[in-house]
Amino acid sequence: MNAIPKPSAILEARALSRQYIVRRGMFSPYASVRALEGVSFSLEAGKTLAVVGESGSGKSTLGRLVTMIETPSSGALIINGKDVVEADPATRERLRREIQIVFQNPYGSLNPRQTIGMALEEPLLVNTDMSARDREAAARAMMARVGLRPEFYGRYPHMFSGGQRQRIAIARALMLNPKLLVLDEPVSALDVSIRAQVLNLLKDLQEEFGLAYLFISHDLSVVKHISDDIMVIYLGHAVEIGSREAIFTNPQHPYTRALLAATPVADPGHKKERIILSGELPSPFEPPSGCPFHPRCAQAVAQCKVDAPVLEQKSGRSVACWVV
Amino acid sequence: MALLEIRNLSVTFRTRGGLFKAVDGVDIVVEPNEVLAIVGESGSGKSVAMLAVMGLLPWTADVTADAMLFDGQDLQTLKPAERRKIIGKDMSMIFQEPMSSLNPCFTVGFQIGEALKTHLGMDKAQRKVRTLELLDQVGITDPERRLAAFPHQLSGGMSQRVMIAMALSCRPKLLIADEPSTALDVTIQAQILDLLVSLKRETGMALVLITHDMGVVAETAERVIVQYAGRQVEQSATIPLFADPHHPYTHGLLAALPERATSSRLPTIPGMVPGQFNRPAGCLFAPRCAHASAICHTTPPPKAGAAMGEALCWTPLVNGMPVGKGAAA
Repeated sequence: MNAIPKPSAILEARALSRQYIVRRGMFSPYASVRALEGVSFSLEAGKTLAVVGESGSGKSTLGRLVTMIETPSSGALIINGKDVVEADPATRERLRREIQIVFQNPYGSLNPRQTIGMALEEPLLVNTDMSARDREAAARAMMARVGLRPEFYGRYPHMFSGGQRQRIAIARALMLNPKLLVLDEPVSALDVSIRAQVLNLLKDLQEEFGLAYLFISHDLSVVKHISDDIMVIYLGHAVEIGSREAIFTNPQHPYTRALLAATPVADPGHKKERIILSGELPSPFEPPSGCPFHPRCAQAVAQCKVDAPVLEQKSGRSVACWVV
Repeated sequence: MALLEIRNLSVTFRTRGGLFKAVDGVDIVVEPNEVLAIVGESGSGKSVAMLAVMGLLPWTADVTADAMLFDGQDLQTLKPAERRKIIGKDMSMIFQEPMSSLNPCFTVGFQIGEALKTHLGMDKAQRKVRTLELLDQVGITDPERRLAAFPHQLSGGMSQRVMIAMALSCRPKLLIADEPSTALDVTIQAQILDLLVSLKRETGMALVLITHDMGVVAETAERVIVQYAGRQVEQSATIPLFADPHHPYTHGLLAALPERATSSRLPTIPGMVPGQFNRPAGCLFAPRCAHASAICHTTPPPKAGAAMGEALCWTPLVNGMPVGKGAAA
C-alpha cells in the first residue's frame, strides 16, 4: 500500500497530525504534545488496515481522528471522497454515520442503565426517523446476526460476559450500516477461546457487509490473522507500512523487527531473532531529535540523531529509516 | 525433595449465593530452580491456588488440602507469626498491576527496605547498600536517584522492576509471578520475562508463572499446569504439551490461537466457562467438548496416566483424536 489514492478508497489520510496543548503543572508553561505526526494511508472497502504500536504511540489518537471525535491539527482526512475538515456540518454529520467505533473495554463502553435493545436502537433513534416497531425489528435482526439470543433484548449489560458484551458493542456499531469500523483493541480484554469467536464474527461481518476495518492493536498474533495491510507507528510517526506478508516475513524497520521478536510465540521449539529493546518509550513532551526511535535502536548511526527519516519505498513497502 | 508440594488443594468461598468452589482438587509440585507455568482463562482458579499458598485469601475462603508443604514445613499447621517469617522472605509474589501494588505514599527505597528490615534486621546503611544492589540487579538505570522516587514518578515497566526487586530482596527460594507482564507493552513484557528467567538462573530460585498467554508459556516455562473452572485438567512438560495436548480443552485452547491457525476461520470452543450456578454434574468441560460422550455428562472423569499428561478426561486425545477408555485408566 502507498499514499497514492486509489479510486475505491473509503478512507484516506494525508499527512495527518494532531497536537495537544497541555499544562504539565500548576506553574509550568503550556507544552505541546505531538500525538500524531504526518501519518498517511488509505483504506479500501472490504479490507483491514492494522495499526500497531505500544501505549503512547498515537494509535488511539488516530482512531479518534478517523471517527471525527477530534479534528486533525493539520493534514487531510478524506472519507468517501470528502475532506472532513473542509466539509460543512451537514456533510460531516452524514459522514459520521459511515464510521463507527468499537472500544477495547466492553465493561465500560455500554451504559449500565440501558437494556441491550435500547442500546442498539439508540443510533436509529438519533439518526433516522424509523418507527419504534421498525427499530425493534432492526435491533432484533442485528442481534441474531452477531449471535445474541432473542431473549437478551430486554437484559442489562451486567448480565453478560465480556465476549457477549463485545458482540453487543459490535452490533451497536453496525446499526447504521457503516462502511468503516474502527476497532480499538477489540479483543485484548477477552480470553483466548472467546477471542477466537469474536475474531471469526468480525471476519464474517466484513465479508457480508463489505466493511473496511481500521484495526488498532498491540497484539501481533491477532494482527497477523486479521489484517491485509499493517502500519507500525512509534511515538506518533508511521515507521513502516506494508502488506501483511511484507511486514511479517521480511520486516525492515528496526522497531518492527523488535516488536516481532518481543511477541511471544506459542511454539516452544520456535527459533526467532532475539532483540530485547533497552529503555522505554521516550516522553512525548521531549521527543528525541532526528528519528524518534534512535535512542533505543541498536543500528542507529550519527545521521539518525540529526535528521528525521521519511517514509520511502524499499523492498516492497514504505519504511522510514536511514539504515535499511 | 520438592520445594513446594500441594496435594488435593481446594478453596471454597462463602458467597451470598452459597458456597463457590474456586479451586477443586489441585496438585502442584514445584522443584527447586524450575519454571512452572499455571495457565488458564479468567475464573480458572489459577491465582486463587497460589494466593492460598501465600495465605493471602480473605476470611470468606476455606482452604483444605491433604498436604501443603513448603521447604519441609507444613503450611497448614503453621502459626500466623511463623508463616509471616516465610512469606516475603523464602516465598514471595509479584502481581499483575505494578502501579496499584505499590504504596503511593512511600518512596521506592523505603518500600524495598521494609522487607529487609523486617526479615533480615538490617540497619539503615546496610539497607541502602542492598536496595541499590537490588535496583541495579533488576535493571533500573541510575538507582541512586530512583531510591527517592515515588511510585507515580515511575512507568509501568519501571514499577514492575521495583516490585521484582522487592520480591527478590530476601533471596527467596520461590517466586510466584501472577501475570507479571500482562499490563505492560510487548517490548517491556519481553524485558520483564527475560529479567525473571535470568534472575532464576542466577539465584537458583524456583519460578511459578501464572498466565493466560500461551506464547509466554511456550517461551519461558519448563513445565505447564492447565486449569479449567478450578480443576487441573492437564499437566506436562512444555514441549510435549504444545506438540500433542491430551485434554480436549488444552487442544481447543491451542487451536484457537491465531498464530496456530491454518485457515482464515479460527477453530473455537463453543459456549462459556461454567459459573457458580451452572456447574455440570460430570466433566466440567463436557458441555463445550466436541468429543463428549454420555458418561462425560454424568460422572466426573478420572486422571489419566503421566504419559497422557494426567489429563482429567474419560477419553484423552492423542494427536487430536480420542483414544479408548482403556488407555485412560
